[in-house]
Amino acid sequence: MDIQTTAQIINFLAAMVLLTAFGMLVQRRIYGLIHLFAWQGLFLSVSTAIVGYAAGRHHLYISSVLTLALKVILLPYILNALIHKLKIRKEIETVVNVPLTMLIGIALVIFSYSLTAPVREMSTLVTRSILAIALATVMIGLLMMITRRHAVTQIIGFLAMENGLFFAATSATYGMPLVVELGVAIDVLIAAFIFGIFFFHINTTFDSLDVEQMARLKEGE
Amino acid sequence: MIFSPLDLASLSVLLFLLQVLLAPLFRKNERAMVHICFSLAAAASLLAVAAGIWTVENGTTEKAILVLGLPDLPFHLRLDPLSGFFLTTIGLLAFYVSVYSIGYVRGFIGQRPVMRLVIFYSFFIAGMLMVVLADDALFFLISWEFMAAASYFLVMYEDEKAENKRAAFLYLVIAHIGAVAILLSFGVMAGLATDFKDFSGYTFDAMRASQFPVEWATAAFFLSFFGFAAKAGIVPLHVWLPEAHPVAPSNISALMSGVMLKTAIYGIIRVTLDIIKVFPWWWGAVVLVFGLVSAVMGVLYALMQHDLKRLLAYHSVENIGIILIGIGLSMVFMSFQMPLIAALALTAGVYHTMNHAMFKGLLFMGAGAVLHATHERNMEEMGGLIHKMPWTAALFLIGCVSISALPPFNGFVSEWLTFQAFLLSPSLPAPILKLLMPIGAAILALTGALAAACFVKAFGVTFLGRWRGHHKPTIQEVNWPMRIGMMMAAATCLLLGILPTLFIGWMDTIPVQLVGSTISASAGTYGWLWLTPVAPERASYSGIIVFLGILAVVAAAYIMLHVKPGAIRRGHVWDCGFEKLTERMQYNATSFSMPIRRIFGYLFNIKEQVDLAQQSAHSAFPKRLNYYLKVRDRAWGWLYKPIAEASFWLSRKVGMLQQGRIQTYLIYSFITIILLLVFVI
Repeated sequence: MDIQTTAQIINFLAAMVLLTAFGMLVQRRIYGLIHLFAWQGLFLSVSTAIVGYAAGRHHLYISSVLTLALKVILLPYILNALIHKLKIRKEIETVVNVPLTMLIGIALVIFSYSLTAPVREMSTLVTRSILAIALATVMIGLLMMITRRHAVTQIIGFLAMENGLFFAATSATYGMPLVVELGVAIDVLIAAFIFGIFFFHINTTFDSLDVEQMARLKEGE
Repeated sequence: MIFSPLDLASLSVLLFLLQVLLAPLFRKNERAMVHICFSLAAAASLLAVAAGIWTVENGTTEKAILVLGLPDLPFHLRLDPLSGFFLTTIGLLAFYVSVYSIGYVRGFIGQRPVMRLVIFYSFFIAGMLMVVLADDALFFLISWEFMAAASYFLVMYEDEKAENKRAAFLYLVIAHIGAVAILLSFGVMAGLATDFKDFSGYTFDAMRASQFPVEWATAAFFLSFFGFAAKAGIVPLHVWLPEAHPVAPSNISALMSGVMLKTAIYGIIRVTLDIIKVFPWWWGAVVLVFGLVSAVMGVLYALMQHDLKRLLAYHSVENIGIILIGIGLSMVFMSFQMPLIAALALTAGVYHTMNHAMFKGLLFMGAGAVLHATHERNMEEMGGLIHKMPWTAALFLIGCVSISALPPFNGFVSEWLTFQAFLLSPSLPAPILKLLMPIGAAILALTGALAAACFVKAFGVTFLGRWRGHHKPTIQEVNWPMRIGMMMAAATCLLLGILPTLFIGWMDTIPVQLVGSTISASAGTYGWLWLTPVAPERASYSGIIVFLGILAVVAAAYIMLHVKPGAIRRGHVWDCGFEKLTERMQYNATSFSMPIRRIFGYLFNIKEQVDLAQQSAHSAFPKRLNYYLKVRDRAWGWLYKPIAEASFWLSRKVGMLQQGRIQTYLIYSFITIILLLVFVI
């Protein structure tokens, strides 16, 4: 596999990651959202493995397997179980309507490309063009957290942001040192657990997972 | 020699700190805890006194570096004559108060747990000793905060009353604002000492060694002056004093007013005369003006009080003002290269520091004795206590005479020395100072007169006349440890008043260290009997001769009254034919201070109201008349209320950011990230 083909494959996968990010912005059903998240994890995992192969960095395989295990299998499973257990409504409620969110997302992608233009010119890596997409994924994740009303969708937004960060790390530098990646992976897992516990408590306290309810926690007028 | 003074001082601090281990051993037997712990505190105080006297006597400077501290930033200790003097002052009063506390704290047993009083009392004294021993900014601030925290818990001791919580909170807020200012001041000096390269400038030695640019030095000086002023209770930062002192237990009030305020004086002297050293004359003028304002405002507000301890607290403001006058004068003379007069003014200020510690300690202990016996703080409800408590009355009277600056007691000597420094000011080159000085001297004289009036009121209303209160408790004289504590303080007041020449000779090393001159040679020209600052033909005073003269007059009067039988007759009070005279109709504190309230009315925030209640047939014959009087500090309305309102307004505006919605908070971070990316990259 020559370098040209590799670059093609990686760019294709990056496009798929961005596509799933937009898909998550559009998706109105919560199970669909989790599926898309799992798909995004899968693309990420494959692209990490390919970058590892192309650059000869074998520790990236471990990252890739970890991503597969955590983001494609474990976290979607936990989220599914949580939704089932807490009997959450299956529709997603948005704060801003979907077309507008899409438009903001597109603006963010353009912004990311213009922002990373100098970096792309200077870098010689195979993966340099991914940086813009990774940044866009992070921002779309944050946008999702802002525009969704439901706590479970917010955590998916958070995890999507983390995907973007991971993607940026592999693309810009061929991955962080393994220790750091292991740490980050465990962090994400633990964050998911803590979120799960919080959801449970929020649900029992407010009888809902609508974060609008938490405005009541604000100090009195 | 095995022990050095610094060893003794450190041992003393350690003993105080170890009380935290000792006190819990006697949890079951609180009486034993009070006896053992306060005896140990007294012994530890004596160690500090010994170390202090020794250092000042020999004029030695001793340094040590502790193994404690932050990595690479160890704590430095230093015992020089200045810290030795304050060590002596703190130790001496702590000794008297510890003896007094053996009796006083017994009164709390069974009412509330005394263990925290014992422990925080020891921490408090240890904190003060550490402040004067510290030789780097880090250890100084840690000790400073340690002292403030310990005293906060002591003010909060009787924490079931809302009044006490409020006072303690106010104290804590002002103490912390002051501490921040001191921290910034040290930060400026430490940074300049090394040109902001590393952290080694945090020692006072490094700060001493460097020359500060005058604008930075001015910033550092005013920050530290503000910080220390907050602790010392200089007008207008004095508002916590009259709140916190009355609500603390009386032995704590004695220490807080007697010596804790002095640590701020120590700080001012240390920063200006020792660390910065070279400064423009107007710094001294600013200190002088603040001193004058504090002195006269303190005594005027004191006159308006009818709570005995509040009155004493306002007098602390006054006396801190007098001390500052001495220090301010010293700074002015120092900046004009007149070391001899600077030494005189500094001696006056430092002398008054010791004197105020002694007589204010004595007066607060006396007020505590009255409180202990009557459970009453309001003077309007007291009276005639001289019959029930002759010891306390006599000792309180000595304190009153001392603080009113009457010979032969100590207050006179230091105020007289301050006047001498004022009288030498025509030699100053700056014309504005020549104008300021006579006004200053006049204000100081006014302060002395008003203080005397105030203590005529305090003593007269509390101890003379007859009991004014609605209910009549059984009052008995206080126990012996309390009396002994007060007696020793009274004896010190007398000794400092009649042997000033010896005392000035002893503390001579302080002006030598700080202003490079001494007055002991000229002060003792005629030997120890006569005090002759500057020159004998100019002014002289002999405490002993005045004392013997007063004794002779008193003895003659006593003999004339008691030798001839029938010279003293006891009869009923003449009631002007009114017949229904009651004890409530006596001249009281409010009526005594009424003329002064009229004259200086514009300085107070006065609310006065007369109600004719229970109207009878004709308005000329009211059955009952209610009189309300409320005198408040102007500082509240003029300074504190606007600041408080502005900060509330600002918090409300900032509080609008808090929407309570997660999305809003996320948008804040999102926008921040985008903006940073746009502008930084």
